[in-house]
Amino acid sequence: MNRKALMSLALAVLPTALPAQVVPAPVPASEVFARERIGRAIAPPTPQVGRTNASPAGAPKDDGQWTQPSKNYASTRFSELTEINPANVARLKPVVTFPLGVNKGQEAAPIIADNTMFVVTAFPNIVYALDLTKPGAPLKWRYMPKPLPAAQGVACCDVVNRGGTWSRGRYIFTTLDGQVISLDARTGKPVWKVRLANINLGETITMAPLVAHGKVYVGDSGGEMGVRGWVTALDEATGKIAWKAYNTGPDKDVLIGPDFHPFYKMDQGKDLGVKTWPADAWKIGGGTMWGWITYDPDLNLILHGTGNPGPWNSEQRPGDNKWTTGIFARDPDTGSAKWYYQFSPHDEHDYDGINEQILLDMPFGGKMRKVLVRPERNGYVYVMDRATGQVLSADAFGPTNSSQGVDLATGRLIINPAKETKLGSSVRDICPTASGSKDWEPSAFSPRTGLIYIPHANLCMDWTSMQVNYIAGTPYVGAELHMKPGPGGNRGTLTAWDPVLRKPAWEVPENFPVWSGTVVTAGDVLFYGTMDGWFKAVDSRSGKPLWQFKTDSGIISQPVTYRGPDGHQYVAVLSGVGGWSGVVVSGPVDPRDGAAALGFVNTMVDLPKYTKAGGTLYVFALPH
Amino acid sequence: MSSRFRIEPLLAALALAAPAVAAGPTKKPVLTVCADPNNLPFSNRARQGFENRIAALIAKDLGVGIDYVWWAQRRGYVRNTLGSDMCDLWPGVAKGVDMVTTTLPYYRSTYVFVTRADRQLAGLSFDDPRLRKLRIGVQMVGNDAMNTPPTHALAVRGITDNVHGYMLYGNYQEPNPPAKIVEGVAQKDIDVAIAWGPMAGYFVRISPVKLRIEPVSPTVEQGQWPMTYSIAMGVRKGQSGFKAKVEDILRREQPAIARILADYGVPQVEDRPATAEAGAVGPS
Repeated sequence: MNRKALMSLALAVLPTALPAQVVPAPVPASEVFARERIGRAIAPPTPQVGRTNASPAGAPKDDGQWTQPSKNYASTRFSELTEINPANVARLKPVVTFPLGVNKGQEAAPIIADNTMFVVTAFPNIVYALDLTKPGAPLKWRYMPKPLPAAQGVACCDVVNRGGTWSRGRYIFTTLDGQVISLDARTGKPVWKVRLANINLGETITMAPLVAHGKVYVGDSGGEMGVRGWVTALDEATGKIAWKAYNTGPDKDVLIGPDFHPFYKMDQGKDLGVKTWPADAWKIGGGTMWGWITYDPDLNLILHGTGNPGPWNSEQRPGDNKWTTGIFARDPDTGSAKWYYQFSPHDEHDYDGINEQILLDMPFGGKMRKVLVRPERNGYVYVMDRATGQVLSADAFGPTNSSQGVDLATGRLIINPAKETKLGSSVRDICPTASGSKDWEPSAFSPRTGLIYIPHANLCMDWTSMQVNYIAGTPYVGAELHMKPGPGGNRGTLTAWDPVLRKPAWEVPENFPVWSGTVVTAGDVLFYGTMDGWFKAVDSRSGKPLWQFKTDSGIISQPVTYRGPDGHQYVAVLSGVGGWSGVVVSGPVDPRDGAAALGFVNTMVDLPKYTKAGGTLYVFALPH
Repeated sequence: MSSRFRIEPLLAALALAAPAVAAGPTKKPVLTVCADPNNLPFSNRARQGFENRIAALIAKDLGVGIDYVWWAQRRGYVRNTLGSDMCDLWPGVAKGVDMVTTTLPYYRSTYVFVTRADRQLAGLSFDDPRLRKLRIGVQMVGNDAMNTPPTHALAVRGITDNVHGYMLYGNYQEPNPPAKIVEGVAQKDIDVAIAWGPMAGYFVRISPVKLRIEPVSPTVEQGQWPMTYSIAMGVRKGQSGFKAKVEDILRREQPAIARILADYGVPQVEDRPATAEAGAVGPS
């Protein structure tokens, strides 16, 4: 995540006649490795063995609600509703629009439970509950947590919130200033509140909590502020802390004990969270958790990734920097670690490992395996045995040259020395860029197609000049990132990935990075949004465009679909561009400063021409 | 740090800063200054910093009153202050920072080594073999490859295992968070601090333990990481008339400014025509 210390001038004061703003030329295709060349698997595909699907426990029969952002524990974001289909989707119309009153990056999923829709906004994290039983879905209650305003100054990349979740009559969400709050879903009154992060130390919380197994699981943000990453479990009923596991430091802090059995040698050993760092660099080493935590009901595991190491320069932290940029499997009751795998040892490209994990039963190597699928920021789709942490296959789904595949004997990412970011060096055309082939925006899986629908970016970066900078009374110079489009020039792609055959079934190029989640239905319709404000439906079998609607702002949130009290199918999404990629619109930063927002502005200079800041809930339905 | 300065503000208070309006019945025009409320020796809410004093001098010469917008000087500082038209002047910023327009510089300082005077640690340079064994504290900015130049200088020499990071952000609940590193030397947590001179100079001066302060050398590392920087004032982009007025005052008041800087123990170095000046340096 992260970055770039100081932002720039207010967009509001920009003169209209700027010097011509040009999106940089795309990286030539010859600069990146062919997918077939760097993809690896421990066995050839055996699709004949069975159909890929989530387990019944992971994806129970659809009740028409949408109670957690990922839809179910398997994180399929698949709805069994069929009223909307490729033949009629073109008739979708907005039936409710609700302004959120906050024009910042909206990343949350609307939550639907007990005939009520719950939405949490970006900072100041207002929660709205709308009554779906009445025409126009009037406001039932509103809750203002009033987070400390200074939290905005600590958050790295716009003041987003990735949504709340519903469980047992409570709506549970986080605030930027580090609170977890459980509201009575009928009244909007807090049942409990607990503060887990300290903004004075640079900690914030932006992720959506996971509720499972009677507990609420949350992690921190702030890896670039010198914080030490952690994941905490709270008692669902009381908010009392059940356990806290750090992602750096001695085994006892990481909750590593006799049950810990990482698959690869590189992840085995005592106190690696200390020994793979110089001296006590782990104490401020990052490894935060601001993305997706998953509960595996089949194996009774909590699965979560870890963010990038920091804030040291990579030269200053020789070693693998455990347990950053990897994935843990933990006991849900005690937090005790079961296994771990490091996607990007000694990360030097900012490839946080916090993306979603989709839990599937999938044919592999001649039998059905319990796997997790992770489209990872470093550019690979990992298919892993979720009982052991073994990587079964790893294939590039976006342009890649910072590494040359994953060595499946050792588990190690094979770094391309030509694209290493050394201090003082100037390296061009590093793919993927710092925000990765894919950032936090979650994928969906349809059991009807066996495909994973990955919303992602097609961006690379130049690592170039040293620019003088100044913070807290102290001058310094640092490397600058300048992002640019990957091969083809489209800055985003929607990829329908076949995890069994290890290749895309189809792709839809998008002008801007696809920073929204995807949702897919049994009607074979896939929904997603674009940063220039289009909410789109495509055929989940072919990618054929079926319908689109222009919203008031760009879309970087998580669309959902549900059955209303009237029995009809609805689709809901939040507009509101922002986030790291969209801060050029909502920030505001100066589009003339290409290195602003850690280089993102460079490749997004034209976004303000296409959309503006906003924040609105849209609900769509067929005429009925 | 010592309790000599009571700094109350929590971060929480900062964003409540009032907009830059010249309230009051007299309607006397005011100079609105953006400053960190908790970062001596530069500035604090009690207006005890040297930037507070120099800003007061500017306001006096402009014949206007003075008002402050307080904002922690971190990520988003410019966006929320000068960039949002909340204020007119940022009294201390490295020359060449391109988010704002900078005036001519009014002082130039250097990164320094800070050691206890009771230890035989004089005459250090980055190439001194003693640095491989000593416990070294460095200030950290927090972004990979965007740390302070001394941090880079140690890294390229492979000096990593004995280096301890002090976040410039620090714990904002405590007074002057960047100053922790100097306290670390006094308390023997570390043997050497490598810190930015103005901050170090001030806290060395008020330290209860006698400390030694010396400029680092070499003064430019690998041709691209300068250890010395010129400090100017920042104004909003496009404010060339105002910038010229401020520059006139900076020139005219040079002796007074020099006295203020001396009062705070700011180590000053001569301007050098070398690569260290502003803007893009190194490969680009």
